[in-house]
Amino acid sequence: MSIQIKTSTLEPVRNTFAHIERRFGDKPATRYQEATYDVQAETNFHYRPLWDPQHELNDPNRTALKMADWYAFKDPRQFYYGTYVQQRARMQENAESNYAFFEKRGLAERLPAEVRDLVVRFLIPLRHLEQAANLNNMYGTAYGYGTAITQALLYNAMDRLGIAQYLSRIGLILDGNSSDALQEAKGYWMNDAVWQPLRALCEETLVQKDWFELFLAQDLVIDTLMFNLFYVQLDEKLVADDGQDIAMLTEFMQEWNKDTSRWLEAVLKIAVSESEENKTLMTEWISKWRGKAAEAFAPLAIEMLGEDALTIALAELDKRVAKAGIK
Amino acid sequence: MNKNKVTTMAAKKLSLKEKYSLLTRDLDWEFSYQDRKDAFPMEEFEGIKITDWSKWEDPFRLTMDAYWKYQAEKEKKLYAILDAFAQNNGHLNVSDPRYVNAIKLFLTGISPQEYQAHQGFAHIGRQYGGVGARIACQMQSIDELRHVQTQVHAMSQFNKYFDGFQSWSNMQDRVWYLSVPTSFFHDARSAGPFEFLVAIGFSFEYVLTNLLFVPFMSGAAYNGDMATVTFGFSAQSDEARHMTLGLEVIKFLLEQHEDNVPIVQKWIDKWFWRGTRLLTLVGMMMDYMLPNKVMSWKEAWEVYFEEAGGALFKDLARYGITMPKYAALVEKEKEHISHQAWWTFYTHGHATGFHTWIPTDEELDWLSEKYPETFDKYYRPRWEMAKKLEAEGKRFYTKALPQLCTTCQIPMLFTEMDDPTQIAYRDTVYNGDRYHFCSDGCKDIFHDEPEKYVQSWLPVHQILQGNCGGPGVEQVLSDYYHFNVGADNMDMKGSPDEKRWKQWKGVA
Amino acid sequence: MSKVYLALQDNDEARYIVEAIEEDNPESTIIHQPAMIRIEAEGYLVVKRETVEEKMGRDWDMQELHLSLITLGGNVDEDDDQLSLSWNE
Repeated sequence: MSIQIKTSTLEPVRNTFAHIERRFGDKPATRYQEATYDVQAETNFHYRPLWDPQHELNDPNRTALKMADWYAFKDPRQFYYGTYVQQRARMQENAESNYAFFEKRGLAERLPAEVRDLVVRFLIPLRHLEQAANLNNMYGTAYGYGTAITQALLYNAMDRLGIAQYLSRIGLILDGNSSDALQEAKGYWMNDAVWQPLRALCEETLVQKDWFELFLAQDLVIDTLMFNLFYVQLDEKLVADDGQDIAMLTEFMQEWNKDTSRWLEAVLKIAVSESEENKTLMTEWISKWRGKAAEAFAPLAIEMLGEDALTIALAELDKRVAKAGIK
Repeated sequence: MNKNKVTTMAAKKLSLKEKYSLLTRDLDWEFSYQDRKDAFPMEEFEGIKITDWSKWEDPFRLTMDAYWKYQAEKEKKLYAILDAFAQNNGHLNVSDPRYVNAIKLFLTGISPQEYQAHQGFAHIGRQYGGVGARIACQMQSIDELRHVQTQVHAMSQFNKYFDGFQSWSNMQDRVWYLSVPTSFFHDARSAGPFEFLVAIGFSFEYVLTNLLFVPFMSGAAYNGDMATVTFGFSAQSDEARHMTLGLEVIKFLLEQHEDNVPIVQKWIDKWFWRGTRLLTLVGMMMDYMLPNKVMSWKEAWEVYFEEAGGALFKDLARYGITMPKYAALVEKEKEHISHQAWWTFYTHGHATGFHTWIPTDEELDWLSEKYPETFDKYYRPRWEMAKKLEAEGKRFYTKALPQLCTTCQIPMLFTEMDDPTQIAYRDTVYNGDRYHFCSDGCKDIFHDEPEKYVQSWLPVHQILQGNCGGPGVEQVLSDYYHFNVGADNMDMKGSPDEKRWKQWKGVA
Repeated sequence: MSKVYLALQDNDEARYIVEAIEEDNPESTIIHQPAMIRIEAEGYLVVKRETVEEKMGRDWDMQELHLSLITLGGNVDEDDDQLSLSWNE
């Protein structure tokens, strides 16, 4: 039997799923939309969690922040799993070729000893901070609400694990895979007086309960200061000290920051503009964690870069906060 | 400035294991400023004893860079096929429009559970104190997110041309039969972090998931559905990692402390039973909803549970773990459950979000051949009667709402195995209320944690109590479930799906 | 002895891997099913990187196996050079 297909009879019956149509109208939807909106279940939970009987399994009340629609948190990058991993795969390919080049040319051996020491004392221990960031972003993934923000938090959590592993590889490149540099750096993280306030801050973030507050503490406050101090100011110092080749090994982090900032700033803006209550709450949270973080970073910043470094980083944070609509 | 250069030895070659350990395991540290138990507060309340997380063996040593690289490659291939499927109207290549109903059940019944698996693994991927196991759980969490998203994308094309897909989001936590898979995952997620892993990572992924994916995806291949084959097999490629995580966790718990053995055994018994009940829906899909059949449910059970599971439990015997309780009963049930389930859906076809139908004569013969012990004796006569009624224009629907089992939430459709004409009923009284069960297995589970299962949101109870709109079933279906009544439900014969298909294919 | 097994997607890549497995595990059974290839053996099965590389004529990372892998049964041991499946009885 020959099959006749008339194009006119192949008109679709509908363009997209009903919940997507309700939000965006009756037209073909993007893959981001279909993969994100209203995916998480919202009602009729059968059992209270044994580990948190005050809440339902999916519960918007695990933060004090209130949103009329949690799907307002559109990711400007429109990352769903497929676009996320493909974007990161491109970045990792680039990183891989940088690391290979660095090793092949024996660039580690050309680094001045001071640079090596700076990297081991100040850059490598950051892998432990990244591990805390991984856990804190997982926290938001697990206890946050609405796929729009929880999936982005998960992508960030996995990014942070990746960055922790890249930092570890820098250590292995410097110590010829003996792991001496990693051990030395962990020693600084555990015992060096200038690192202790920051380690204490990381431990403090790990016992927080409100996931949105924790998101602000980690992804906004700590990360903004961390990025500015280590990947901007320390980077400049390394260049000045003849250690510019290290920048090849941190290019991934530079690209990650650019990418993630776009998302972070969008989330801040959306949450702040939702209501005066949110704005007040966020102002309090940010000021609380800004205070803690400024203290925690201070000795490290002075030892690593000098007296003005933290002021510069804090100005960067304040600028970002102001940009989101918080004075 | 001092220009002394760093001198390094020739780099030593690191094995995958050493490298993974340095890049991952070593990231953790001993806390000095907070009580570590406040950061990982959920490790003890289930009675599981972990004496040393460092004994954890990573089965696959996947770093994030490799993860991104390989997963991106999988995604690229998958989406290329999904694009081609859409561009070439791939939905026209399926064997028979009845087939599409199987994937309606998949999208509404399974995909939301992939999301719950994502959430559950995110939870334990935050809570486990051991960094190796924790990161493996995080990777599983993001993989499970991948699965729900690729499934939604694969079915997006079907949704454009067939009914029954469009309200999956609203249906997932409301529709009566979907509370079976939904409550299964709620049960696991609301349990402690180790029970969750034994439930999903081990009992479901390792012992049972092959029964869901492998025959079903082969079924999709047999029925011309390239989109489903592609996402299914692509998802399965993550599953090998997940299954292995499930097995490693079980072994780890059993090796950590002998007191863990009875707890783990109890969980295996529970989740094996809950899993087999859930898979009734899969059995029904395989035997009745796939027009071109790959293997019968019974055969799949034999290959993927009796053979593969048998080997597994022999392996675990050295820890003192035995075959799950009621495994012998399930061996008898494999002859019956798919027939009992499809009959129930057929007779409640006015209230289901997909179409139902009477098997064709060839299909009835196939069932007779595959189930020589039971089909002709117990089930074929029902279908012959249904055929007769249909021929007389009296397609038959049961108006009464079914009574549900408090634990598995499946309607009371299973029979006693020593008398397959007798529906099995069990009940118990707890705090003055009577609760009903389909089986001893489900009753045992209730008895072990009654305070949990009295909370069950039983869809039929909820309808009767007026919590799902109404007053009639029709309003519940349209207003609460968001069915397109008259299009999504009822018999395949005369459905808009069938009419459109005939138009596309140019048959009257 | 119980069977260990793995199943691969039926694609071009997998054909080389199957060839390598057959060579390294002469006792194994290869079963072709719709869209997949199942390989089973009594008690033990190994995939060796070197053999796969020989069949493909290029470098091949052990972790590339996961691109084609559908399922497996048995205790897994994976390192840079091989992935093995076994049961302890």
